[in-house]
Amino acid sequence: MKFLISLHINPAVLEALTEEEQAAIGDGHGKFIEALKKSGELITTQALADPSQAAVVSVRNGQPVVTDGPFLESKEYLGGFYLIDCEDKARAIELATQIPDTAIPGLGVEVRQVMFADGQLEA
Amino acid sequence: MTATAIEDLLRELAPQVLGALVRRYGQFEGCEDAVQEAVLAATVQWPVEEVPNNPRNWLVTVASRRLIDQMRSDHARRERESATATEVVPQDVPSTDDTLVLLFLCCHPTLTAASQTALTLRAVGGLTTAEIARAFLVPEATMAARISRAKQRIKAAGSSFSLPEGEEREERLRVVLHVLYLIFNEGYTATSGAELHRADLAHEAIRLARMVHAQLPEDGEVTGLLALMLLTDARREARTTAEGDLVPLDEQDRTRWDRGLIDEGTGLVKTSLAGPALGPYQLQAAIAATHADAATAEETNWPQVHALYLILERIAPNPMVTLNRAIALAETEGPRAGLALISTLDGDERMAGHHRLLSVRAHLLEKTGDTAGAYEHYRRAAKSTASIAERRYLESRVGRLRILGG
Repeated sequence: MKFLISLHINPAVLEALTEEEQAAIGDGHGKFIEALKKSGELITTQALADPSQAAVVSVRNGQPVVTDGPFLESKEYLGGFYLIDCEDKARAIELATQIPDTAIPGLGVEVRQVMFADGQLEA
Repeated sequence: MTATAIEDLLRELAPQVLGALVRRYGQFEGCEDAVQEAVLAATVQWPVEEVPNNPRNWLVTVASRRLIDQMRSDHARRERESATATEVVPQDVPSTDDTLVLLFLCCHPTLTAASQTALTLRAVGGLTTAEIARAFLVPEATMAARISRAKQRIKAAGSSFSLPEGEEREERLRVVLHVLYLIFNEGYTATSGAELHRADLAHEAIRLARMVHAQLPEDGEVTGLLALMLLTDARREARTTAEGDLVPLDEQDRTRWDRGLIDEGTGLVKTSLAGPALGPYQLQAAIAATHADAATAEETNWPQVHALYLILERIAPNPMVTLNRAIALAETEGPRAGLALISTLDGDERMAGHHRLLSVRAHLLEKTGDTAGAYEHYRRAAKSTASIAERRYLESRVGRLRILGG
């Protein structure tokens, strides 16, 4: 079963952390990625550039309209994700608990099952 | 020999060659890689040159050479491996027996179902890692890691290359059958892009079940599982529209069911039911055979379907079985009896918010004339499923009730 674990970050919360705490998050993700690769459960993971760099695209009367993002004014933004393939939802949740973000109030980790997939999966 | 015929031959020989190698050298892990390489070499060479007179020996020779090369190049491990090799006592047993031993090994209880499935397809099914990865829609690197981890676990568990005895053998056989069932379902419930590959998985599961059945013709559950697969696969063409939408059993064009598969499946069901023990696969196959026996949905022998579900519920209690029994009960005693039965599942954690419970309730509410209730439950069921085909089907029910309800 495929699941998307999305990481909802709050830049203010991240900035308020000490350097050691920030480094620990990076290490935690590194270890998590290694473990997922070894177990054969990682499909792919991506981290996104800062939301201030986003472009919101719409088409009005056939004309594209591009404005600086992000789309939603919010404290939290999608910071990145893990796409995994594992036994069941319980395992996906178990894996999600190993993500360092889950231990930090203000950061959100969400697990959702994938319903449709297409395209090349070769990384 | 055509490319397809060569491929079929290779897939048939792969587990036999692997068995021969493991008996000679031990170390399942290294042998498995060597056989995979030998099969790949044959795939390239045989169509161009010609198929050797004794293809099995050719593969054993090439795979042995690869294995020995690997052992030599790996100096650090060399001594240990040669020590292992001398421990193995060569046994003169028919090569086909090894297929079963390999299946038991690949379905080792320390592995997760996903790993058992992947390893079985590679070591017994003779599929390449790339093919398995495509079938399960994951990157090849992911599948390679999963297979490699599975082999390490088997090694760590210190399994011997032999059939387990007595009760353990029974337990392990149940795991093997479950893995084959999972492979079949993965192929049968194809919902996304690569549907062709997934249909191949269903056929691969049937091929493997046939192999097990040939080895254990007396086992009722093996026979039952093969029958269940054949009877389910018989409905493949009628099960979806040209657009890929699901067609429920009672609306399927039964003239499109595969009579050949039904006859074979029904014959197997009859044989297995005559045996001494009754198991869940036999009962599910008997239910499928009952449906196959009805020329139209109206002619379905619902009392028999209900009776079979009742026995199934007793020997293998499971809320999903109760749910299916409720559908049969509704057909024999009316929708309210069915609704009363599924209300017993409301407290079951395994079924909380499950789309099947919601959709069956919707179906039964519709039969009682409660259109509003049915509408609401179909809507919730559509949101609860992770299958795009099922969601489309449930949404079509919602749409139909909206029109009926005005």
